[in-house]
Amino acid sequence: MSIRTVGRHFRESGKSLTRNGWMTFASVSAVTVTLLLVGVFFVIMMNLNHIAENIQKDVEIRVHLDPAADDHNKDLIGKKIEQISAVDTVAFSPKEKELTNLIDEMGEDGKTFELFEQDNPLNDVYVVKTKKPTDVVKTAKQIEKFQYVQSVKYGQGYVEKMFDVVNVARNIGIVLILGLLFTAMFLISNTIKITIVARRREIEIMRLVGATNSFIRWPFFLEGAWLGILGSILPIAFIAVAYSYIYDFASPRIKIKFVELLHFNPFIWQISLILLLIGAVIGVWGSLMSVRKFLKV
Amino acid sequence: MFMIEMSEVYKTYPNGVSAINGISVKINKGEFVYVVGPSGAGKSTFIKMMYREEKPTKGSITVNGIQLSKLRNTKVPIFRRNLGVVFQDFKLLPTLTVYENVAFAMEVIEEHPKQIKKRVMEVLDLVGLKHKARMVPTELSGGEQQRVSIARSIVNSPQVVIADEPTGNLDPETSWEIMNILEEINNRGTTIVMATHNRDIVNNLKRRVIAIDNGKIVRDEQRGEYGYEY
Repeated sequence: MSIRTVGRHFRESGKSLTRNGWMTFASVSAVTVTLLLVGVFFVIMMNLNHIAENIQKDVEIRVHLDPAADDHNKDLIGKKIEQISAVDTVAFSPKEKELTNLIDEMGEDGKTFELFEQDNPLNDVYVVKTKKPTDVVKTAKQIEKFQYVQSVKYGQGYVEKMFDVVNVARNIGIVLILGLLFTAMFLISNTIKITIVARRREIEIMRLVGATNSFIRWPFFLEGAWLGILGSILPIAFIAVAYSYIYDFASPRIKIKFVELLHFNPFIWQISLILLLIGAVIGVWGSLMSVRKFLKV
Repeated sequence: MFMIEMSEVYKTYPNGVSAINGISVKINKGEFVYVVGPSGAGKSTFIKMMYREEKPTKGSITVNGIQLSKLRNTKVPIFRRNLGVVFQDFKLLPTLTVYENVAFAMEVIEEHPKQIKKRVMEVLDLVGLKHKARMVPTELSGGEQQRVSIARSIVNSPQVVIADEPTGNLDPETSWEIMNILEEINNRGTTIVMATHNRDIVNNLKRRVIAIDNGKIVRDEQRGEYGYEY
């Protein structure tokens, strides 16, 4: 395809955008609304995922040893844990240290626990980290069977529950967004349909004088892509501005461990690119639907 | 080799109407052929199959050495570049000027602009409309519009021009203008197939006549007569 032809296709696609003014407006608005919701949803989902990942990364197995175990037994257990292939690091934490940690964590209330320093009721602990967070449960079950291991704790329940919540939210969001994407696509396809009907005679003549099918189709593809891309401008701008405000406002105020927002810089570019691509794809797809039906080529 | 060759062609439309019931015909390069017959006899279908607007249900058609039954859909545009089609209703684009209408046929097959300019003026000269190149179709008479449409059909120098009742909307005098141009094109070596209801033309400008009735060729004679009473 020559540059001249490319230029022609661009001109033609631009022409029908302005000629079908109101339909163009309607489809662009539909894409805008859709992408706005898609964008907000993505921002929330990606941040939730980020937090979930942080938590996952921090999941560790705490192996409580039987007080009856002597030093030799403890060493042996440590070595056996290290030999498990999924295990990344193993750290021994004697019960004296466990108690200091506990006292520190409790703050003021911890003072009462100082009484126990004489007769420490806690266990010696091995803190085990796995290479992959998903291996935690399996590894924990394995360690539980060792001799002189009293109990194994890895925050069972909490992590799973959180992932459940994230998953439900994600599924609802996906259904919602698919519906919206479909609506936008439908509107775009209708806009293209109007263009095609307006150009019926032109297309008929093109086919008679031997224009190739792709030559006939190109302006419609471009028109669809324009509709999608134009529709993505506002959502991208809105999300970029809103996110920067939210980030600046919320980030310094969040004090909870694990919870932090994704940094503005690479994240906002990623989301902009995603929105732009979704816009272009639904545009081209919408145009494809009506071109296929109308041109019968 | 024949320009157009049909052998044992049948065409039944999906709604059950059988338009063509076994037609075999050979048209030589450079021939001028009238296709006559009553309305609904199958003339249009016969003509449409030549430029592969319709496909036959049975039988084979060869045009300009290309076997249409083996022609893939994607290759149809390339095939069509070797023939020109003229219609009763001109099929001009109302928003384009005369020049642009003719140039359109070259633009969409991506000809070079310099080549387009030269060739368009050439064919407009041939049909005698060089001086009206900047006008739009609505400013022209019916005969002039048909001349523009003929100019467009020959601008890519096709081997065959297929005309479906090109004088159908025109008065007798204007019809003769059109015929003179078609004759001139034919004299330059282009094969012409023309469906018509115009008795006056067929009987005066004597050429080969193929008469179709009920989807069959009922008469095929060199220098024939119109021969119908309608």
